[in-house]
Amino acid sequence: MSTGMVLALLGAALATIGGGVGSAWGVGIAGQAAAGVTAEDPDQFAKVLILQLLPGTQGIYGLLVTFITLSRIGILGGTAVTDTNTGWMYLAACLPIAVCGLISAYHQGKTSVASIGIVAKKPDQFGKAMLFPAMVETYAILALLISILAVTNIG
Amino acid sequence: MAIVKMQKLSIVASKKHRKAILEALQKTGAMEMRTESIEDPELIHMDTDGARTQFEKTADAFDKALAALNGAAPQKDPSAGLFGEKDQVSQADYDRVIENRENLVADANDILKLVRERAECQGTIAKDQNQIAGLQPWMNLGIPMNSTGTGRTTIFIGTIPEALDEAGLYAAASMGLTDPAPVTGEILSSSPEGTYITVVALNSVADTVSQNLRNIGFSRSATASSYVPKDAAEILEGDIKDQEDRILLIGTEISDFADRREDFRIASDYFRTRAEKYRLLGKIPQTEHAFFIEGWVTAACAPKITKLLTEKFDAYVENEDKREDEVEPTVLKNNPFSRNMEGVLESYGLPQHGRVDPTFIMSFFYVWFFGMMLSDAGYGIVMAIGCAIILAKHKRLAEGTKKFLTMFFWCGLSTTFWGFMYGGFFGDAIDVVAKTFFGYTGDGILKPLWFDPMGNPMRLLIFCMLFGCIHLFTGLGIKGYEYLRDKDIVGFFCDIVAWYAFLLGLILMLLPSELFQGISGMTFNFSPAMKQVSKWMTIIGMLVILVMSARGKKNWGLRIALGAYDIYGVTSWLSDVLSYSRLLALGLATGVIASVVNMMASMFGGGVVGAILFIIIFIFGHILNLAINALGAYVHTNRLQYVEFFGKFYDGGGIAFKPFTTANKYTEIKEDM
Repeated sequence: MSTGMVLALLGAALATIGGGVGSAWGVGIAGQAAAGVTAEDPDQFAKVLILQLLPGTQGIYGLLVTFITLSRIGILGGTAVTDTNTGWMYLAACLPIAVCGLISAYHQGKTSVASIGIVAKKPDQFGKAMLFPAMVETYAILALLISILAVTNIG
Repeated sequence: MAIVKMQKLSIVASKKHRKAILEALQKTGAMEMRTESIEDPELIHMDTDGARTQFEKTADAFDKALAALNGAAPQKDPSAGLFGEKDQVSQADYDRVIENRENLVADANDILKLVRERAECQGTIAKDQNQIAGLQPWMNLGIPMNSTGTGRTTIFIGTIPEALDEAGLYAAASMGLTDPAPVTGEILSSSPEGTYITVVALNSVADTVSQNLRNIGFSRSATASSYVPKDAAEILEGDIKDQEDRILLIGTEISDFADRREDFRIASDYFRTRAEKYRLLGKIPQTEHAFFIEGWVTAACAPKITKLLTEKFDAYVENEDKREDEVEPTVLKNNPFSRNMEGVLESYGLPQHGRVDPTFIMSFFYVWFFGMMLSDAGYGIVMAIGCAIILAKHKRLAEGTKKFLTMFFWCGLSTTFWGFMYGGFFGDAIDVVAKTFFGYTGDGILKPLWFDPMGNPMRLLIFCMLFGCIHLFTGLGIKGYEYLRDKDIVGFFCDIVAWYAFLLGLILMLLPSELFQGISGMTFNFSPAMKQVSKWMTIIGMLVILVMSARGKKNWGLRIALGAYDIYGVTSWLSDVLSYSRLLALGLATGVIASVVNMMASMFGGGVVGAILFIIIFIFGHILNLAINALGAYVHTNRLQYVEFFGKFYDGGGIAFKPFTTANKYTEIKEDM
């Protein structure tokens, strides 16, 4: 197995690790707030659950990039990476979603906590509350886009 | 696509019809009451707080009784839950319940008394159990806990902090006495908290022993029971048994009321509605013989209400004009498709009167974008059929829920459409099944009608931005329409047409450039004339914005500076357009994760075992993917409407119409056919 392959696989792993860790973190802190609100007012369960889930998408995006990478570097399909430079390129291509996914999911989680606070006080303002975490997610989506475009256009 | 025209009515009527009029208005539920604006020192207000509180309490008692009944004899409440429907009751049933309401209140109170008694029983059980736990260390004691001695001996029952054995206890207790001292000690039990002991001493040495025991930290037991611990525990256990029997009995006694459930629901609603009426009654200004109400109805409804009140109750009803400081409530009216998206608009904020209701235009973009983001035919079909089944099974859903489900039905259809366009049906399920179980080895079976986004993401990205531009330009167009309607021609040209020219010019300049060609792989060959046109469009648009966008300012320096700042706003257009890349990203996410699920499911190969595992993983995985991606599509479709689209022209600010109506939670009266 070539060094390039190792680097490419490292990149693929980082995408899932970054997105997954961030999402677990974000969903975790949002879940604590959601549990608190549900304890006081069980009727708000569905709304706060949706808000809790919002930071969960970065994990999916990470998985997505990992899967596309694996299907191109000869692990789930495609051709094996033979030279080191291509490996570095795959690693670099995975970095946007790995890093941005991690950080944006954490902050989206914190925003979700604040939005859950809105729902606790004013349940009818759910539409607006949902918007604030979605704003943070934009940057994860941009990172995902760049990662996908980069990975699919290497080699 | 419109905001319904509202009419303000003012009603004056004789006091003797007061309750009948309020009841009639409450039943029609078509009028929003405004009472705060009629002010005159001569007018008096009735104090209804006491009666209202009483009614609310009664309604609450029925609710609690129903909850207790549900605990004792569970039965599904049709009005509860996500897809709850209110019970339909006939007018006859309703009248019978109202007739019988005193008895029902008594029944509800009986149930609540039983509930309280049960709580007491449970409290007693907890207390008994505590006492039994407290007795445990003393179980080896063969005499009553409060024994202090016999004729010639003194008995010490209590605890010491130290852990001692019997020899040690004897030694400690007989300190300073000649051996063998007339003292005997027994260890009853020991625990980390202390040692439970009895010491018996002859009265002659009792004082010394008492002093010795004090020295090792002896404290008498706090329990002063005259029973031997074992007997005391038995008595307590007997009591627990009695209480448990009583609780069981209370359970059956409560469930004996199960046949009143329907009546309780009606009665609860009746009292809640009555409380609502009294709330209004307390606010209505009155004179000795007459009372006054003001309120808003839809203009279409006004003649009907007027007719009802004048003919039946001899009331005087007048159409009034809106006062300067008043804001009329907003009611939306849209076609049967678009009205389902009114909820989306409501969460952002209703439109004010005199502004445009964007529901109609938004509804098409909403469904279109949602479909692009979820973009899987299988998921779309599941969603559409799921919503259709719920809607068919529950005909009388609450209005909001019904609209929401219908919206998702349409979104499901759009998702199906986009799924076939992209060639996704539960991801690549058809190919995977064909290959795993039927040994198929050819090309993909389900070909995309348009193209596969994974194969050419750049191309789809360009289309996403194109849809984005259309969406944003539509938003700007709506603002332009408002300018024209308000006859602000200068505004229309400076704020709308100039921007269109500026932005379109920029786009037309970008399209034939090498930069764009490199990114998209698309080539546009514009004629030199076309290039000139796009250049001058940009320049003229920009100049108009620079000079005219701050046309209210007198200071020219400031005016140009503000105009320049407005031109800088083109960066926000850029970020708005880029934001539509989420259409691509979320669309890809659904498809790729669905393929991952299929791949995991097919890992066990063909055959019976493989098929069973395939089905299990397939169902579980796709439900998960559908749930999380539908959530994502919903949130981000909303975002595109709220931030990008509404940002161009809409600011909400309308007040929702809250008509005075019944407060029914469980039931509704069946309309006589």
